[in-house]
Amino acid sequence: MTPATTTETDVPTGLEPGGTDQPPDEPAGPVVGTRRERREDPALLTGEARFTDDLQIPGALHLAVVRSPFAHARITRVDVSPALAMPGVVAAFTGEDLQGEWAAPMPCAWPVTEDMKSPPHLPLAVGKTCYAGDGVAVVLAESNEAARDAIDAVDVEYEPLPAVTDLAAAISDEVVIHEDLGTNTSYRWELHLDDDAVERAFADAAHVVRERYIQQRLLPMAMEPRACAAVPQPFGGDITLYSATQIPHILKIMTAVTLGFPEHQLRVVAPSVGGGFGSKLNVYAEELLVTALARKLHQPIRWVEERTENALGTIHGRGQIQDIELAADADGRVTAVRVDLTADMGAYLQLVTPGIPLLGAFLYCGVYDVPAFSFGCTGVFTTMTPTDAYRGAGRPEATYAIERAMDALADEVGVDPAEIRRRNYIGADRFPYTAVTGLVYDSGNYEAAAAKALDLAGYDDLRAEQQRRRAEGGPKHLGIGISSYFEMCGLAPSRVLASLNYSAGGWEAATVRMLPTGKVQVVTGATPHGQGHETSWSMIVADKLGVPPDDVDVLHSDTALSPLGMDTYGSRSLVVGGVAIDMACDRVVDKARRIAAHQLEAAAEDLEFRGGEFSVRGSPDRSVPLAAIAFAAFTAHDLPDGEEPNLEAHVTYDPPNFSWPFGTHVCVVEVDEETGGVEVRKYVAVDDCGNQINPLIVEGQVHGGIVQGLAQALFEGVVYDADGNLVTSNLTDYLVPSAPDVPSLTLDHTVTPSPTNALGVKGIGEAGTIGSTPAVMNAIVDALRPLGVDEVLMPASPLNVWNAIQRAQSRPDPERTTTSATAGDTNADAGGAS
Amino acid sequence: MRITMTVNGRERSSEVEPRTLLVHHIREGLGLTGTNVGCDTSSCGACTVLMDGESVKSCTVLAVQADGADVTTIEGLARDGEMHPMQQAFQRNHGLQCGFCTPGMVMAAVSLLEEVPHPTDREVRLGLEGNLCRCTGYQNIVAAVLDAAGSTQEAGA
Ligand code: FES
Ligand code: FES
Repeated sequence: MTPATTTETDVPTGLEPGGTDQPPDEPAGPVVGTRRERREDPALLTGEARFTDDLQIPGALHLAVVRSPFAHARITRVDVSPALAMPGVVAAFTGEDLQGEWAAPMPCAWPVTEDMKSPPHLPLAVGKTCYAGDGVAVVLAESNEAARDAIDAVDVEYEPLPAVTDLAAAISDEVVIHEDLGTNTSYRWELHLDDDAVERAFADAAHVVRERYIQQRLLPMAMEPRACAAVPQPFGGDITLYSATQIPHILKIMTAVTLGFPEHQLRVVAPSVGGGFGSKLNVYAEELLVTALARKLHQPIRWVEERTENALGTIHGRGQIQDIELAADADGRVTAVRVDLTADMGAYLQLVTPGIPLLGAFLYCGVYDVPAFSFGCTGVFTTMTPTDAYRGAGRPEATYAIERAMDALADEVGVDPAEIRRRNYIGADRFPYTAVTGLVYDSGNYEAAAAKALDLAGYDDLRAEQQRRRAEGGPKHLGIGISSYFEMCGLAPSRVLASLNYSAGGWEAATVRMLPTGKVQVVTGATPHGQGHETSWSMIVADKLGVPPDDVDVLHSDTALSPLGMDTYGSRSLVVGGVAIDMACDRVVDKARRIAAHQLEAAAEDLEFRGGEFSVRGSPDRSVPLAAIAFAAFTAHDLPDGEEPNLEAHVTYDPPNFSWPFGTHVCVVEVDEETGGVEVRKYVAVDDCGNQINPLIVEGQVHGGIVQGLAQALFEGVVYDADGNLVTSNLTDYLVPSAPDVPSLTLDHTVTPSPTNALGVKGIGEAGTIGSTPAVMNAIVDALRPLGVDEVLMPASPLNVWNAIQRAQSRPDPERTTTSATAGDTNADAGGAS
Repeated sequence: MRITMTVNGRERSSEVEPRTLLVHHIREGLGLTGTNVGCDTSSCGACTVLMDGESVKSCTVLAVQADGADVTTIEGLARDGEMHPMQQAFQRNHGLQCGFCTPGMVMAAVSLLEEVPHPTDREVRLGLEGNLCRCTGYQNIVAAVLDAAGSTQEAGA
């Protein structure tokens, strides 16, 4: 099947019912596909929304965590008694005091290999601390200020050990962080499909490029710091855990397991959540601590993170050394890709730490028709904050490597970067395309999106300008960067997850319920934190059931209201959760149709459902509205024999495939050779996420995603010093861009519906981040190629750009050679990416 | 110490500790939790309120320094159940996603238009430099402020 790609800017809205064949006199048109304003906004705009730390919890004690100032140290003594003497302090506990609270160590749900090594990880360290920020004791007090004041009084004696902040040093095992494991290597994961084919391709290649790229560590920096509160319920021992989390459902299970607490007595609620980007896709020590202490003390316990703690104690993203090799024929057609990664796990394995590089493993061939591929990844421990999912999670890293390498190949072959891509794109007629990895890409038209992006950017004129200016000379260099990305998202088919050794499924649950008065209640297992699910879900339901969107209530983020769910990450909410809702609507209509047929004394097959009304085909005066059926189902006075009362349907949907959105981004920069300064002159993105439910929301996701990816390229990077101290521990040292730092973006899209779901949708939450980083870096390197520069370390700060120019100019051979930035170089230039 | 201020048009008198920051007084003392705290280095702007008509980061002001001041928080912008034109413009232009930066961003934007009623794209960006947003990439925030400036212009014309 080759789904059509629409290149017009208008989005088709042909979802049934109420699709394009709707009679023109119908009062309300379909809402899917319209730029509907978000219903979430008024509460957020007026300050009425409640984030976790806004909750009023009478009698709550405030928790503060004593954190290790050392990256790696033995804890020889912890004395909390001076803290207990402080005003307002009620209790204090060491790691040892609380050891009995844990039935299991903190969870890692993704043991990627049978022999993966994972050190026991407790919410409070016992005996040893393995990164700066590791918790060693807690204080409970009547106010947050009192608790924070008292942590300084806790007396901890440390015996410092050497820090390990460099991946090469970590692999050498010179200093073994977790002695019981005997090594710093957690795992080696390899994908061998046909090694002979890979070897042959490299032996026969006319061109080979070998590149090393450094993915610096990043801080997710959701604007809302984390917060949580555990509140014991009267009688019976139930506990409600409120948390600023993306994953209330997963958190409930994991908290129950870690605490040995009966799962059915635990309720998890995510109030308004102020951004996550993966950083709230985890099970954190503080969530376990407040719950365990609420159980122990029978009192509500709350905690809110300070920004500095957020930098230390919330997961970091990226952190990889990537070696990528491409073999190509004389025309630059790629014949093989070989990849080897070293991935920085940090001190412990958090929820999905080891699996992050694997999420990218299948994307290193990019949007290209590559016949041979091999991949390996070594996960290593360091004495730094654990890494885990950060927007894109493995996929931005993969896209970065292949897209940077494609530019290197273009340079090697001597063709334009746009041309090398055209020669390698998987053709639109090849879909569904079975890749060398065995995965099937649902639909795509990569060349159409690229052509549109190049056209919008004025690519040919830019190249002409570049040539002219290069001939003229001058300190300012024009650079044009292209990135053609795709990604696998909509996590995920449960069987595929099983094959990757992931411990859970990838389904999503939905309930659609008609209330007696004709209003609709929707329950979703997806958990929004800025994505606008309430708006989008109500739009889907409105069109399916023929009701106004405002008549649809959407319940979420509370395990008591929505007991089943797999939550929000991996651009899965619409593609899995939204599709589940669409299916539940179908089932509601099916049941309603049987009741309508009974009432109208007609055969169910003869009924048409349109605009919220059933009518008998051919006799439109015999009709009944869905609302009347809902009431009839509620009274249950006159239902067909054997039909249950009430009108609702529950669906748990396991997707048959990932979804594969794609697009091309073009970035245009001016680089000042004298200062190393980079200015983004133009940024064009053409994305394709299939059908769009609400283009306003889609564009917002793309804007935010692009800026996060651009920030990795230009501004952000975690810096540790050699002792393992986090230097970039707040927003003055870690440069999250503000409005004047980023360009105005030009967006457009193509529409290639996914054939694997009824809505024809693909995910869009991470696409911008995946596409943008290589576009920016390709532009910078493109600008500087005449100076002999073939690599600039991220972030491309003036210093890193200037260093790259100096390095190129001091090189004896100005010809492009294999880039070999080492982890050591990175420490010098980027301040410790590895 | 006893302090008295006018908050969203109402006089509020309270006992505060000398070290209490205005933002904590607003959130905990007065129970107005719309104003958010996003950092501990006065970098994020999530705590922005209007004090005597000027936007300030309320984490940089002691509550006692606000004694006698006229303070407007995000809760005080809507009138008679109608959102302020700036709030409406944010909704119209999808200028918010998670909404955590939003109260501060809206207050800063209101104050920006007081000073520069018809800003350019660049002026809006520079004017909001002290307010970080991790979700929107700023594009729709800028669009919202420009839109609000336009409607102000129309209303005045
Ligand atoms: S809380 Fe960040 S500037 Fe005030
Ligand atoms: S909307 Fe989330 S931080 Fe701005």
